[in-house]
Amino acid sequence: MRLPEELLYTEDHEWVLVEGDQATIGITDHAQAEMGDFVFVELPEAGDRFNQFDQFGVVESVKAVSDVYIPLSGEVIEANQSLLDQPELCNEDPYGRGWLIKVKLSEQTEVASLMDKEAYARFLEEVE
Amino acid sequence: MVKPLIRDYGSPGRKGYSLPELDIPAGELSDYLDQSLIREKPAGLPEVSEVDVVRHFTGLSQMNYGVDSGIYPLGSCTMKYNPKINEDIARLEKLSQLHPYQEEEQVQGSLELLYELKEYLAEISGMDQVSLQPASGSHGELTGLMIIKKYFAERGEQRTKVIVPDSAHGTNPASAAMAGFQVVEIESNQKGMIDLAALRAAVDQEVAALMLTNPNTLGIFEKDILEIAEIVHQAGGLLYYDGANMNAIMGYVRPGDMNFDVLHFNLHKTFSTPHGGGGPGAGPVGVKEFLSPYLPVPVLSKDQARYYWDYNRPLSLGKVHAFYGNYGVMLKAYAYIRALGASGLKEATEHAVLNANYMKARLKDQFELPYQENSLHEFVLSGIRQKEKGVSTLNIAKRLLDYQQYAPTIYFPLVVKEALMIEPTETENIKTLDKFVETMKNISREIEEKPQLVKNAPHHTPVRKLDDVAAARNPDLRW
Amino acid sequence: MDYISNTEREKEVMLKTIGIEQIEELFSAIPERVVLDRPLNIPTGLSELELLRVTKEKANRNKSLEELVSFLGAGVYDHYIPSIVDHLISRAEFYTAYTPYQAELSQGTLQAIYEYQSMICELTGMELANASLLDGGSATGEAVLMAGRISRKKKIILSKGVHPAYRAVARTYGSHQGLEFKEIELVDTLTDLAALKNELDEQTAAVVLQYPNFFGSIELMDEIKGLVSAGSEILLVVVANPLALGLLTPPGDFAADIVVGEGQSLGNTISYGGPYLGYMATRKKYVRHLPGRIVGATSDLEGKRGYVMTLQTREQHIRREKATSNICTNQALNALIATIYLSTLGKEGIREVAGQSLAKAHYLAERIKQLPGFKIINPGNYFHEFLLTAPCPVLDLKKELYRKGIIAGLDISRFDYRQEGLLVCVTEKRTKKELEMYLSALEVIN
Repeated sequence: MRLPEELLYTEDHEWVLVEGDQATIGITDHAQAEMGDFVFVELPEAGDRFNQFDQFGVVESVKAVSDVYIPLSGEVIEANQSLLDQPELCNEDPYGRGWLIKVKLSEQTEVASLMDKEAYARFLEEVE
Repeated sequence: MVKPLIRDYGSPGRKGYSLPELDIPAGELSDYLDQSLIREKPAGLPEVSEVDVVRHFTGLSQMNYGVDSGIYPLGSCTMKYNPKINEDIARLEKLSQLHPYQEEEQVQGSLELLYELKEYLAEISGMDQVSLQPASGSHGELTGLMIIKKYFAERGEQRTKVIVPDSAHGTNPASAAMAGFQVVEIESNQKGMIDLAALRAAVDQEVAALMLTNPNTLGIFEKDILEIAEIVHQAGGLLYYDGANMNAIMGYVRPGDMNFDVLHFNLHKTFSTPHGGGGPGAGPVGVKEFLSPYLPVPVLSKDQARYYWDYNRPLSLGKVHAFYGNYGVMLKAYAYIRALGASGLKEATEHAVLNANYMKARLKDQFELPYQENSLHEFVLSGIRQKEKGVSTLNIAKRLLDYQQYAPTIYFPLVVKEALMIEPTETENIKTLDKFVETMKNISREIEEKPQLVKNAPHHTPVRKLDDVAAARNPDLRW
Repeated sequence: MDYISNTEREKEVMLKTIGIEQIEELFSAIPERVVLDRPLNIPTGLSELELLRVTKEKANRNKSLEELVSFLGAGVYDHYIPSIVDHLISRAEFYTAYTPYQAELSQGTLQAIYEYQSMICELTGMELANASLLDGGSATGEAVLMAGRISRKKKIILSKGVHPAYRAVARTYGSHQGLEFKEIELVDTLTDLAALKNELDEQTAAVVLQYPNFFGSIELMDEIKGLVSAGSEILLVVVANPLALGLLTPPGDFAADIVVGEGQSLGNTISYGGPYLGYMATRKKYVRHLPGRIVGATSDLEGKRGYVMTLQTREQHIRREKATSNICTNQALNALIATIYLSTLGKEGIREVAGQSLAKAHYLAERIKQLPGFKIINPGNYFHEFLLTAPCPVLDLKKELYRKGIIAGLDISRFDYRQEGLLVCVTEKRTKKELEMYLSALEVIN
């Protein structure tokens, strides 16, 4: 189970990479392993705005479906279009080519509410 | 063994059908219709002969498996034998060649039969009134919940929530949502039953109903049922009975006597009408008297000795089916109930429960039995021990197919990991059950000795394991 | 007759294995207070012979269409069903199977559904179809719910040319999701397009029309297409008789977004209103909003082609309260009937059946027009049904014809129309002789 150091995490198993006032968001290795092979990803469009923990998309495997929630408030700058044809990228490379959206953050202070690697690892142990 | 598509047998101009010559003077199509309304290109249907059609579909049937092929122990599905005489009765010309808009006077025989069927279903379930209109189990659920909604609307009560246990069939929350309710899920307790404390906590002035299957999807009878009913009723809510498991209780206990207010039946389960590879079924609803004004229109009624459809029901929820429901299915259920009679129905239940408990007794050492409570017509095993060896419940199910036996319901109820939900029904005998048990034990041994064999199952079916992921990623849904 | 095959001795063996003495012990979890303390009040069981007697006695009190000459249609059509249909669906591997949960042992059902979906697409001119819904009414209901989900709007414009029973079911389904229905009156037997245009607005989710409509008339689809597509993202839902689509320009060509209907006309027994099948077809981009099961082609471990139920995350067993519908059991065997019927008829056969029905209906209508006092209300194009008004009360006309063994048609006064009259349907089964009988019976009335 890979948990990169530089990322922040949520209890809904999303990860965030914050760079200045922008963030890249995806789902964690744990989440993709639980769901199995992804077959479909539904993402918002650039320009859509969300408040923290709003649902912004849906990921589907053959036998399960899960809403994805935005870890930080902001406006979508870009959605990962390659997932439309290759949802399997979320399985193969969840922290890289499997990213979901890039966001321009509107509330920098929210970052404090997210978990770092250690906290998320503890959280995973608890829920197991 | 891959069958070509029916279209692939075709040859331009080949026909499988003939009509009498048109015996009236007729012109060109364009004499009757504007050119823009006439199809330019014929629809791409097959061009095949009658023999082609017969061979193609006979071939397809040989790639299928029905109750007539062997045991079909799908939990919650009650795959019992479908008596052939019922098929004959449903095909009697004078019963089947009836148009739904024929005058009531022309169909009194059928209406009487349907009326009697309603009375039998009311008696079996302990309810007061029955509507035969819903065409499937989940259609019955939807209808039942709409009745509940209408009832509270008429009383001016704002009740927006429906409580569903976590072990419920997926149709329960889906039907509740479709009827416009918000779904509240409650967790089962460690015995696999309704947790009374959780129920008390969930029940409030906004709760319209609790949906319950009894025995529940674990096959366990909710013995606190009267207390459950009281908790819900005291808060002003109603109790809905999901009739999927009625085969476990006929002649022993009635949902009406357990204080349920509304229920649906699955005629294609309990009452032995064939499932047709996914339908048609029928899902009549039964209600207590105070809910009868809300039943869907028309209501089959009787005036002296004359039967008629009553449309004058101002409080009715409306219609859920264009006509009266799946009539052909009702004929078969009627025949079944008449063939068995009161004592036959009770015996069917007894043997369904006997068979399930016999299988459970014979399988519980080999497989994990997550809930020890007494169970009735079905029971749930878990494949977690086998999973530890790297073989999943899905693999076990697929391996069963290699032995020409259908698999149980798997991964349901959701409260059991690696669930195998087994319902043999009363029409199987001890030999068939023993064979199934031996097969399960064989597979268990195979998991110890040659797990790859099971993991790569099935080996002997018309096709090997199919790629679900590719099917969903690149949908190919038509030719 | 109880169909139980364990003997008393076997029962004893089983009880012993379980570790109990009496079957009743298995029911000990049921609290005594609720146990039924008497036998069910249901007649004693019957042998096969007795059962046949009982049901035939009732059957004999019916008057079936085999004994009458019927001109009833109104969504349920008496077409000839080729003999092979019943023979093939009577193969027990088809009709005694459950929903194809184990795909590898259900390839017959699955491939047949794939073929069914394909033929529905061919007829409707749409991109994909589901595996069936419960009937034409519930399919119309599901279609308006789907339109509501796609558009996220609440207003449904419903032509009164849509079958009254389908409209009723659609209202039942829609009302619980907060949909609002506006019904558009008919002018003669066609949807009032001026009224329709007036209702189109920003809140409109969908326009629902029937093709051919309840009165057999064929709506001005080109104009409707123009009106609807001019609005902002309003969905066009077309309720169509699939048999008529063998002849008529498919709704896909009129930019329909969802096409639904009653599939009874495709080889299904008339059976007093059911079981039939609802069908539904749509465009690819709406696939994740589609209710019900869908079968897809894929390949097995060895690369062989096979079929599975797919895109199941839309469905109740996975998505539960967020599913696109609660539907589980559908009308699979009826869809199989449709598939066999369409295969048998084929490209030419369906045109012949539809064409003969149309020609005979028009022949009868034209002849009726020449009878003094009788009128055909349908303006312009109609298929195999028309609305007739008579110089006498419809009730009298019906009674008079019934005396001669003819069901004259459907008195529409039971529905919510301003117009009165008799809805008359002619299929390919009606012979010239029967049409002449009908005409002479009308002449007498006159």
